Amino acid sequence: MINLWRFISRFNAFFFLVIYLIISITLLIKNNDFQKASIYNSSNEVIGGIYQKVNIINKYLNLNLVNDSLAKENVLLHNQLKSSFLDDSLVTKIVTDTINRVKYEYILAEIVNKSITSRNNYITINRGSKEGIKKGMGVISSNGIVGIVWNVSENFSSIQSILHEDTRITSSIEGTPYFGPLIWEGEDPNYVTLTDIPNQLNLKPKARVVTSGYSVIFPKGILIGTVEKAGVKGEGSFLDITVKLSTNFYALEYVYVIKNNFQTEQETLEAANKESVND
Amino acid sequence: MIKILTNALRFILLVALQVFLLKNMVIYGLNVPYLYILFILLLPFETPNWLLFILSFLLGISVDLFTDTLGLHASACIILAFFRTVIIRVTVQDDNYDSDPEPTLAIMGFRWFFFYGLTLTLIHHFFLLNFEVFKFSEITNTLSRVFISSLFTLILIFIAELIFFKKKERK
Repeated sequence: MINLWRFISRFNAFFFLVIYLIISITLLIKNNDFQKASIYNSSNEVIGGIYQKVNIINKYLNLNLVNDSLAKENVLLHNQLKSSFLDDSLVTKIVTDTINRVKYEYILAEIVNKSITSRNNYITINRGSKEGIKKGMGVISSNGIVGIVWNVSENFSSIQSILHEDTRITSSIEGTPYFGPLIWEGEDPNYVTLTDIPNQLNLKPKARVVTSGYSVIFPKGILIGTVEKAGVKGEGSFLDITVKLSTNFYALEYVYVIKNNFQTEQETLEAANKESVND
Repeated sequence: MIKILTNALRFILLVALQVFLLKNMVIYGLNVPYLYILFILLLPFETPNWLLFILSFLLGISVDLFTDTLGLHASACIILAFFRTVIIRVTVQDDNYDSDPEPTLAIMGFRWFFFYGLTLTLIHHFFLLNFEVFKFSEITNTLSRVFISSLFTLILIFIAELIFFKKKERK
């Protein structure tokens, strides 16, 4: 017994290493297992609050870029206003619209913390369940797509950005019927790869890559980026297309969270399909 | 008592510097410096092992909480703490403990501190970035990130040490 104790105390550093390494590796693996450790991450109220304070300085430094993108968006919205179209009808009357119901609603949110350089990146925003944000909603900016809501607390939520190993956003090349998942290889935060596009497609350089609209998360046609380079995979018949992202993650300050009012309905229907196949 | 206070202050200062400033410094789109490990490097020689490991774990977890990577920095810091004990046991004689209480550049000299800082920084960054990627297939990319980050961290460590170096000489 004494010998055992002597042995342990002689190599105590090694035993400490083993004990603490087991604790921290367990934490590491558990944290990858999404929700379990979610209370500790930065959607946590305290740390979210601290970040918001520090962010006031960062926000000030980025005002130029933010103003720029807001001005651009204003122009875009002005172009869609009814008043900017030529109106040559003489009759005016009030119409109660019963056909068009609002499908997507947008919630404005400010970024309080973000990471860009890690292999898996997250963004924290200052809107949470209080404003109706739920796990799995899509997030875009005025320039393009940003990511998917990952965890939500009362006043904050964290977003799994496109720059993440597990994010797969179905996207297509504008004007073609082909679509495939978008993957980030983890090297440059300005470029992502679009896979599973058949190689008979005649690609134009600088073609726009947009969301496909086949998932319940994003509306159809939201800009993701432009085609930079297309290479054929080793033996397969699919193209790997390098896409330059239109969102500048370095200058990102404000985002919109997309709420799909028909999400539950569509998902229930699709789940029913699976059940009837199993029967 | 003063020693405890200095180290506590250093802990808070380095974590704040890391999560609010250094986290956002990107070199060549590759990686960021991790200066906060300076806290573990500068703990006094006579720190008992149990305390060393607890402090390293706390340091790692504090950085983790701010970067959404629970356990990642903690595990790298624990490995760093272990190799610190090994290197100190090999390179420093026991009887020097009374006259040389702290492993700083001012007391231990340039050659020793450079070796000490370089080895431990490389070990920490190697494990940190590999734990983060968790894939052997991206090893070349990861290794280049390890070297660039280590270089940047080491430069910052020496800048920090030189600032305090002058202060001690004047005394």
